[in-house]
Amino acid sequence: MQKQLKEGYQTFKSIFIGMAITLRHLFQPSVTIQYPDVRVELPPGVRSKLYVNIDDCIGCLLCARACPVNCIDIETVKATSDVDLGKTSTGNPKRLWVTQFDIDMSKCMYCDLCVYPCPTNCIYMVPEYEYSEFDRKNLIFEFSNLSPEKVTEVKDKLEKENEEKNRQKELAQQKKDQEKKDQETDTDTDAGKAGE
Amino acid sequence: MLEFLENIIPSSPVALVVFALFPMVIIIVYALFAIWLERKVAGFIQDRLGPMRTGGFHGWAQTIADMLKLIQKEDIIPKDASSFLFKLAPFMIFTASYAAFAVIPFSSGYIGSNINIGVFYLLAITSFLTISIIMASWASNNKWSLVGGMRTAAQMVSYEVPTIVTVLSVLIVAGSMNLMTITEMQTGNDIMGFLPNWFIFQNPFLIVAFAIFAISMLAESHRVPFDLPESESELVAGYQTEYSGMRWGMFMLAEYADMLLLSLLGATLFFGGWNSPFGTFMSGPIWGFGWFMLKGMLLVFVMMWIRWTLPRYRVDQLMHICWSILIPLSFVNFVLVALWEMIF
Repeated sequence: MQKQLKEGYQTFKSIFIGMAITLRHLFQPSVTIQYPDVRVELPPGVRSKLYVNIDDCIGCLLCARACPVNCIDIETVKATSDVDLGKTSTGNPKRLWVTQFDIDMSKCMYCDLCVYPCPTNCIYMVPEYEYSEFDRKNLIFEFSNLSPEKVTEVKDKLEKENEEKNRQKELAQQKKDQEKKDQETDTDTDAGKAGE
Repeated sequence: MLEFLENIIPSSPVALVVFALFPMVIIIVYALFAIWLERKVAGFIQDRLGPMRTGGFHGWAQTIADMLKLIQKEDIIPKDASSFLFKLAPFMIFTASYAAFAVIPFSSGYIGSNINIGVFYLLAITSFLTISIIMASWASNNKWSLVGGMRTAAQMVSYEVPTIVTVLSVLIVAGSMNLMTITEMQTGNDIMGFLPNWFIFQNPFLIVAFAIFAISMLAESHRVPFDLPESESELVAGYQTEYSGMRWGMFMLAEYADMLLLSLLGATLFFGGWNSPFGTFMSGPIWGFGWFMLKGMLLVFVMMWIRWTLPRYRVDQLMHICWSILIPLSFVNFVLVALWEMIF
């Protein structure tokens, strides 16, 4: 009997303690953040989306090599000698047209390893996280600002210049060869003369 | 109220229908409000916000949106279910709780039916709830439903005993079964000069009676910690498992109506019904209605508060609480109330 009374007392006591706790929480401000209306400021160094400042890119491929999942796809074309691509904001001279700089964010694992090798600090994470898409292809972000016509033009130009160079080289080679032959014939004739 | 309606409405059958539909309006408005309140209370207790977006201010239109969704839903009847009983059960459960409102005195000017056996009628008609729940569970042809329904039957039949005994102890003090008469007996502020003449202040043993009534009230309306009929973690949703759309909505409505009914009964029996706590101050029929709903809603709020505090009991614990604690206690208390009435 005494035990049961004690148990009953304990039961009621614990019920009232519990109800006091819930009543206290009833009047506490809630911790919910109403997301689309209110956004939490992201901490510095957050890794969420890659961005490339293409004006500073020198096309060195260091980031593409650092990527463990090969999600960065870069294609470069050497600039012809008549064009000056200028310098990056860090002072490095640009020598390549970056004709393609694609980052596949559906593959990206947010490791941040591509950011540190960059000599011009042009690839970095931006605090943007609302970029979900219905189509996976839309997650391939293209950063190159060259139009396809420009790319073909640049490629053709480079080809022509290379052809020109090759021809000149060939010419120079031929010239050299010719000179060599001439010399040889000269020396032959000289020797012949001397022999006479 | 009926005479007033007959005066403003020319046809007397229409006036009668309007008169009879008054509790329906209260139940529906209350259910829309109480479901929203339940979500808000749950949210705030768990340090969340609850519904916030529907309708603008604190999601006030959330329940209306839910109702519209439920009405649009497909009405699924399982192939092997007993289709007649399956269709009938939700309407019968709502009819039972609605019919019980007929004897509740909403204010000094409104009572559906001023009959002498009011309390008896109310307790009898709420037994239909048990029958319709068993009907729903049997007709569903589903093991979860059946187990839930059987638990409900066991629980409601058991907890009807302490409820009735506590109600009887009030009836000893009141000497009447008419709820209007019971309320009128609690008018005035005579106890210790300022306390209202409510029954809970008139007899100290009625405080114990109220505690027992509150516990069995939770069990009768199957609220946590006695929500075994629909215990989600064990029985999916109990007898509601196979129901969808508006038929399920009827069960929900009946459950909330039942909560209100028992809270209003508690308010009438123990807290003076539509009487103002300040004597004649603010005590007209409309004020009376306000006071009555306020008392009822306070009890409903306490039920919600308990729901988000306590865990659920096991079936054996539930039966143990009822048969070996509440029933003996309520009988002893009944005798003590009667003795107190004899002596003083």
